Amino acid sequence: MAEQPSIVKCLVWDLDNTLWQGTLLEDGEVKLPDSVRELITELDSRGILQSVASKNDHDQAWQQLEALGVAEYLILPRIGWGPKSDSVREIADELNFALDTIAFVDDQPSERAEVEFHLPQVRCYDAERLPEFAALPEFSPATVTVDSRRRRQMYQAGFLRKAAEAEFQGPSDDFLRSLELEMRIGRATEDELSRVEELTLRTSQMNATGVHYSISDLRGLLVDPRHEVLVTTLTDRFGPHGAVGLQLLERHAAVWNLKLLATSCRVVSFGAGSALLGWLGDQAAHAGVHLVADFRRTERNRMMEIAYRLAGFTDEPCDCRAGLTAPAQEDIQRLHLLPTPCDPPPTMKLHTVSLQSA
Amino acid sequence: MSQDLTTTAESIAQTIAAFVSKRVGADVPADKDLFESGLVSSLFAMELVVHLEQAFSVQILGDDLKRDNFRSVQAMTALVLRLNGAE
Repeated sequence: MAEQPSIVKCLVWDLDNTLWQGTLLEDGEVKLPDSVRELITELDSRGILQSVASKNDHDQAWQQLEALGVAEYLILPRIGWGPKSDSVREIADELNFALDTIAFVDDQPSERAEVEFHLPQVRCYDAERLPEFAALPEFSPATVTVDSRRRRQMYQAGFLRKAAEAEFQGPSDDFLRSLELEMRIGRATEDELSRVEELTLRTSQMNATGVHYSISDLRGLLVDPRHEVLVTTLTDRFGPHGAVGLQLLERHAAVWNLKLLATSCRVVSFGAGSALLGWLGDQAAHAGVHLVADFRRTERNRMMEIAYRLAGFTDEPCDCRAGLTAPAQEDIQRLHLLPTPCDPPPTMKLHTVSLQSA
Repeated sequence: MSQDLTTTAESIAQTIAAFVSKRVGADVPADKDLFESGLVSSLFAMELVVHLEQAFSVQILGDDLKRDNFRSVQAMTALVLRLNGAE
């Protein structure tokens, strides 16, 4: 029985007679078939990253890719004279992807054989098969989220950010300020739901309860007047981080119950979790209600507990607890906060909805 | 005995002060309120928790994680001493 092949996360292209028709250094002129251009943009929109491993003159080849209008789709290009297996391995390392999530396409059997020999996990394809690519299951992710459509841009921004951080000298708060972080907190839209569901699944380190909410659970909560499903997105001067946080809130007369807080691990170092809790405390203070946050200790979410406690949440008893509905699971603890107004952190700009008006 | 305790407290305070000073790029008096003066962000506070646990082999749990325990070098020293003594 053939198993369903796993999704390719990055496709590495050869250039001569694969991505374009012709040999750049011999013919001087090459052509990009429309079908290949369409394939590149299609894979990009599916969230599959694309790179280059080509034996060519780097500057000339890159200029050609720019002239053809496809350079922006190709990240971490490796154009030079070294073995392609090295290039493919470097690309995988840099992306922090396992080799079995990488695909390589080349018209030359000897190049494919060289990559296959050194990196047997990498899936190698003959350029003749390019017309089938869009229909192959390994290039067809089941769900395409808002963020997968932007994945390449987020990686490109990440490379720039990493370079800037390596160059920066001085206190880390100053570095954060230099990033010009902007955080948006808003009510979730239908379009964002798949990404929100993904956040409850993938954020094991920064998930306050470890409870998974399915798309249909979340859709039900979106229309429930008692519940708020809030999505946080973050951008900085290098580009978008995408959706990085989810808050699920149930309002009662005297208390708001934060049933779930999940943030992406990628943004912990920007203080996103603390900023979210600070904002929510401020909103609750202005609404004149207490806050109670559900928390369930898992092996991996210690940082989340630290964030709650440092934000002032305690185990203290309070009459407001009596008004809450039963927690989603028995072993959930409830941490209490008597909220006070709170300024946003100096390291980021906030654009938020007001929870007073609902 | 009390001599030992003083020495321990001093060396703990020194270790903590060195870590904080290095991060904020200035000398920090032991009683200075780090949150009030804006020297320490929530993010840095999280780092402090992890740093204290590793440097002094203690576990900081539950209500001990409250902000007041990290407010100054003095407060952190007292916390570490108490957690060490409790063992």
